[in-house]
Amino acid sequence: MVRYYTEDHEWIEVEDGNAIVGITDYAQGQLGDVVFVETPTAETIFAKGDDAAVVESVKAASDVYSPVSGEVIKGNDALAEDPALVNSDPEGEGWFFKMTLSDSTELDALMDEDAYKEFIADL
Amino acid sequence: MDFPFAYSGMEMKFMSDIKLHLDQWHQDLGGRMVSFAGYSMAVQYDGVMAEHLWTREHAGLFDVSHMGQLIFSSDKDDLGAILETLLPGNIKGLALDRLRYSLLLGQDGGILDDLIVTRRSDNYYMVVNGAVKHDDMAYILDNLPDSVTLNYLDDHALLALQGPKAGTVLKRLIPETDMLYFMQAGSYEWEGMALWISRSGYTGEDGFEISVHNDDVQKLADALIAHEEVKPIGLGARDSLRLEAGLPLYGHDLNPQILPFAASLGFAVPKRRRQEGGFIGSDAVLDQFNNGAEMVRVGIKVDGRQPVREGAIIVDDTGETIGNITSGGFAPSLQYPISMGYVPTDMAAEGTALILQQRGKNIAGIVTSMPFVPNAYRRPPKAVE
Repeated sequence: MVRYYTEDHEWIEVEDGNAIVGITDYAQGQLGDVVFVETPTAETIFAKGDDAAVVESVKAASDVYSPVSGEVIKGNDALAEDPALVNSDPEGEGWFFKMTLSDSTELDALMDEDAYKEFIADL
Repeated sequence: MDFPFAYSGMEMKFMSDIKLHLDQWHQDLGGRMVSFAGYSMAVQYDGVMAEHLWTREHAGLFDVSHMGQLIFSSDKDDLGAILETLLPGNIKGLALDRLRYSLLLGQDGGILDDLIVTRRSDNYYMVVNGAVKHDDMAYILDNLPDSVTLNYLDDHALLALQGPKAGTVLKRLIPETDMLYFMQAGSYEWEGMALWISRSGYTGEDGFEISVHNDDVQKLADALIAHEEVKPIGLGARDSLRLEAGLPLYGHDLNPQILPFAASLGFAVPKRRRQEGGFIGSDAVLDQFNNGAEMVRVGIKVDGRQPVREGAIIVDDTGETIGNITSGGFAPSLQYPISMGYVPTDMAAEGTALILQQRGKNIAGIVTSMPFVPNAYRRPPKAVE
């Protein structure tokens, strides 16, 4: 089980060829109170960098991008009931969607946890 | 993901932003600074939701020193009559130390700014929006006789203390402020500093706006937040509070293409002025009054949980654009999204179903009376009959 990070503050955890995607703790801190999340529906096909989800805080709407190419297995239905999970547990219960990977070499361009920590320290 | 500060004209920091006198104070309290109206201002401290709810239940302190504070004076003129050539309100009838909401209008009747004017014993005091204050001043000077002096109080800060505990707290510092009712003001002294205090605000709550010299503002701000009922509140909650209160925001819900009756601000053009005219833009404003506005500003309750914000459109059932959203967000006190926007007059009745469209997605809404959250102003007791 390996977790990667993007410069746009998504995380992606890969296990057995499938992945879980969410936004980082840093991202939720910047957004503030999350009041709505729109997750993608199953079987949606994404290219790397496509708009994949929408997260709305009291302040603003933000797009969440797909960190890699692949097909959506399912969105996190729990976020419809309780969008604040993104604030309370962004890298756990507050995940956005699960997907297959069509090209696992895309992961090579992403950061590991240490690199991401260094990246946000400079922001 | 991206982090757009896309609401109410807020953006990431610019180097050219002017720093408020309390800039360091905001940062020391954990304020996250953003660019607004050319100033570096605190958008939040603890978080918009918490600050919003705190203000509705206790009291919040807002630094609104970016707003323009203007003084009109003259040795010989009847200032009330002169200001009526500029403003559509009943300025002649304004009693001493009373405030009135009014509008600055273009020659074509379009709204250049909204403002509060107060009659004081030897001058008139006006507070205008920060983003347009320099344009306002140039326009006002062009339209006033030279015998009227306009002073810009840029050496003064403006604090707003808002919320149900505001009166209790300010009374501890200055007991005489307990005598003020909504839209009344007066001159006060505290610890040797001169204060001009109005019972007014932009949240729908009871509260005060306090004009204070820059040299004194930090001491006063510290004294106010020292009370356990008071926390500093950022621009984010200021925006969600005013939206719930149904109050328009200039540059978003109001602009130079919109006339007062379309903006549902007909109360700012009282009966005598409707009959007499005689203010800048009066021909166009009275024409709109007599013939009705094509589009009007309404409040909208949005279905579901997704906020529908400025820039979204309103469509009919064939998909044709019939209106637009000028403000919107999630209402912390209501726990559902609300918006303000312009719809055709025949669709402005309370209860009318609307189709809102944002980023290609249709969301249902319904026209709702404003304020969305009942206001809690401290009004004078009704006379006993």
